[in-house]
Amino acid sequence: MNILSLFVLIPLLMLLGLWIARNLNQVRGVMVAGSTLLLILSAYLTVSYIGLRNAGATDEMLFTDSISWYAPLHICYSVGVDGISVVMLLLSAIIVFTGTFASWKLQPLTKEYFLWFTLLSTGVFGFFISTDLFTMFMFYEVALIPMYLLIGVWGSGRKEYAAMKLTLMLMGGSAFLLIGILGIYYGAGAETMNVLEIANKYIPTEIQRIFFPAVFLGFGVLGALFPFHTWSPDGHASAPTAVSMLHAGVLMKLGGYGCFRVAMYLMPTGAAIWGDLFLILTTISVVYGAFSAVVQTDLKYINAYSSVSHCGLVLFALLMMTRVSATGAILQMLSHGLMTALFFALIGMIYGRTHTRDIRQLSGLMKIMPFLAVGYVIAGLANLGLPGLSGFIAEMTVFVGSFQHTDSFHRICTIIATTSIVITAVYILRVVGKILYGTCKNPEHLKLTDATWDERFAVICLIVAVAGLGLAPYWVSNVISSSVEPIISQLSF
Amino acid sequence: MDITTALLSMQAEVSLVAILIIVLLTDLFLKESNPRMMQSVSCILLVVQLALNIVPTAGEAFGGMYHSTEMASVVKTILTAGTLLVFLQSGEWLEREDSRRKSGEFYLLTLSTLLGMYFMVSSGSFILFYIGLELASIPMACLVALDKYRHHSAEAGAKFILNAMFSSALMLYGISMVYGTCGTVYFADLTSALTGTPLQILAMVFFFSGLGFKLSLVPFHMWTPDVYQGAPTAVTGYLSVISKGAAAFALMSILVKVFGGMCEQWSLLLSIVIVVTITIANIFAILQTDLKRFMAYSSISQAGYIMLAALAGDGQGMSSLVYYIVVYIVANLAIFGVISAVEQRTNGCVERSAYAGLYRTNPHLTLVMTLALFSLGGIPPFAGFFSKFFVFAAAFHDGHWLVVFLALINTIISLFYYLLIVKAMYITPNDNPVPTFRSSALMRTSLLLCVAGIIVLGLFSSIYQLLSDVATF
Repeated sequence: MNILSLFVLIPLLMLLGLWIARNLNQVRGVMVAGSTLLLILSAYLTVSYIGLRNAGATDEMLFTDSISWYAPLHICYSVGVDGISVVMLLLSAIIVFTGTFASWKLQPLTKEYFLWFTLLSTGVFGFFISTDLFTMFMFYEVALIPMYLLIGVWGSGRKEYAAMKLTLMLMGGSAFLLIGILGIYYGAGAETMNVLEIANKYIPTEIQRIFFPAVFLGFGVLGALFPFHTWSPDGHASAPTAVSMLHAGVLMKLGGYGCFRVAMYLMPTGAAIWGDLFLILTTISVVYGAFSAVVQTDLKYINAYSSVSHCGLVLFALLMMTRVSATGAILQMLSHGLMTALFFALIGMIYGRTHTRDIRQLSGLMKIMPFLAVGYVIAGLANLGLPGLSGFIAEMTVFVGSFQHTDSFHRICTIIATTSIVITAVYILRVVGKILYGTCKNPEHLKLTDATWDERFAVICLIVAVAGLGLAPYWVSNVISSSVEPIISQLSF
Repeated sequence: MDITTALLSMQAEVSLVAILIIVLLTDLFLKESNPRMMQSVSCILLVVQLALNIVPTAGEAFGGMYHSTEMASVVKTILTAGTLLVFLQSGEWLEREDSRRKSGEFYLLTLSTLLGMYFMVSSGSFILFYIGLELASIPMACLVALDKYRHHSAEAGAKFILNAMFSSALMLYGISMVYGTCGTVYFADLTSALTGTPLQILAMVFFFSGLGFKLSLVPFHMWTPDVYQGAPTAVTGYLSVISKGAAAFALMSILVKVFGGMCEQWSLLLSIVIVVTITIANIFAILQTDLKRFMAYSSISQAGYIMLAALAGDGQGMSSLVYYIVVYIVANLAIFGVISAVEQRTNGCVERSAYAGLYRTNPHLTLVMTLALFSLGGIPPFAGFFSKFFVFAAAFHDGHWLVVFLALINTIISLFYYLLIVKAMYITPNDNPVPTFRSSALMRTSLLLCVAGIIVLGLFSSIYQLLSDVATF
């Protein structure tokens, strides 16, 4: 049995375990056991991947395996990982693991919540290991639909509206995606659904011209591409904590990953034709998201718009199509995944105590809940790109890579996008100053307590990951950049 | 060819006639009406029928009048299995005081329509096809009006029979034109004789309209919501899947096999009808609060998706169409099963608001409904996702990518209204939800089979593989 299939098998077994679990402790037990196993598995995978690469494995993907599924349409269950998917799997495992602890005390219907949560993570893991277009698309959709119930049932605020909007917009994206996948499949001669094999085939320029935007938009909706990002603030604001973490941390990365692995890798000519238009859109995403975050008063909305900006930066860097910028894009996915998860976890914990996320009603939290407040500061600093934390490495690589272009169009886009760093500092420091420092105006808040053990554990795990990526980025970027190479070489003419 | 070999080659029909007679005799000789007995007898006999015809066989009899391919044989098995599911669900309704006496009729009439559909899918000439169609329609009108003391049911019966007659007349007119221009009604001879003269195109359009009524394609769909709402729920379920499945298969095979020379004309007609059908039905479905009316519009739009596969006009299209029908049968019957179960406990209430908070009281039933709705909406890993993908792929392969794209956009609308029900069951608060109840064992078996189908049919490729292997015209 292929090691990668375990990433799907373990969540499936978790689903089964949750189904037969009789009480809360058993549910928690299944979740902790399963997510720990996944974390260990992904760490083991990373180590053995690096080991194989150092030993001289030169295949584009390792651990590949393929089982024929729907033979008439050449659909296979085929798996394989390169450096990009390895780090994405690691990220997903960390978020699922910490997400479990972040929703430790969730009520009501805890069992059902974790069932849908696990189904969602099955989709995420399955997506990152797949190399078959159909299987990939299937897992992609598996990851989308549980969001409806997770937000609709366990969310807060305008949850029904947000859940419906999110689901319909993402499903709209996947409608484009499906037609794009059919276009790729038949355009490449209807002989295979395997991404690696299609990459070697010639897809006529006319087909690429039509279907590149379909695929890119399809994934781009999930990657919060302007103007299709509007589901994201509402969705994140209404979702329960762990779902926001998983969604902003991992699910939005599916978008960037798909744009890179499917749209750009398989249709390089299409990317050349449409790249500039999408680059303008992503530049708008980056700056617009940051500006929107400045004027929000709800903590989750601030972070959601900040995610729009940062995920926009991922797509922006990918569309720059240089090796360095693409490496930066993957680093940014990783870094944003970790720090946003940290952010949403902290916001959820603060909200659970104060029952408000309005920054006008919060102040002086540093004295009341020092642990959470310090965590918040660290997350904020990572977000605005302080050296030593993950955000700096990612953004630095992105902008250096983007500036390698010598033409004025790409340079101007880069310069505009760079301004987002300053705006990020504005909205982060504004919030930190307002809610953490000063005197506490609400006497009710003085009675609140600091984080409990499960919350501390989740936060510390994420901080360690954020700082680890910031302090020792070399091995990660090394793993990534060697795998970015084949895709980028496809894109350069 | 003597009569014995002829009968042997139509063994599925012969065994079904035998079953019909046994059911009729059982009903006659029972001292007093006994719905439970009738149900067990009919179900057991259908299982026997399935077992007898599980191996797909091809056969021809009466000089090509009867012409059954392996694919048709598989379709008949599928229709029988679907009917079995309906029978398993019908027990609770038939044991009610007002319908006790009619249980024999229900099984008898349903089996006769099934026989009609057998002939429809394995006909080799327009005459047998027409007879099959009528055999499938006329008892259906009685079934729709089975609850005749309920105003809605009687009205629905009248609407159904009038529409059925009208569509039959249209179709007969089309067939007469075919005969007038070609001098034959045998499919095998018509293939080369139909070349696309104006009169033949008119004939094709009339024929298409006639079957369009059966399939409730827009603009021939007006009867559907009223009839679905008025008919007893078990009958609605049967009407929405079995009847539709047979008609879709027959339409596709005749369009490809007989009107193959006029492919350009009918594929344009079909593309327009598909897009209009899916769009109109989806828009109307959003507005419905009565679940049976809602399912009527939903099934109109599903008919559009089914016919997408017919656009392809090749083996891939045929196997995708039949696969879609299988998946559609299990998902739709799961929903009608739940509707029927809830209806028996709420005094016939089928409003969406009655389902609010159902998850708190009946979690398993809600789960069945949710999975079925997700499957209809095309959400993986449920079978509906696979079947949708295959019909899209088939139509796309043949170059109809604009139609596919419009249909895909429509899946979002359909997801919206399917989610409305999910929302009602899980999210909408309700102080007075349907109380916790336990359905009869047979009903639960049926729902279990449906759920198993929804999950297994997609994840295991063997059914689709089998259909691809036998896909011929």
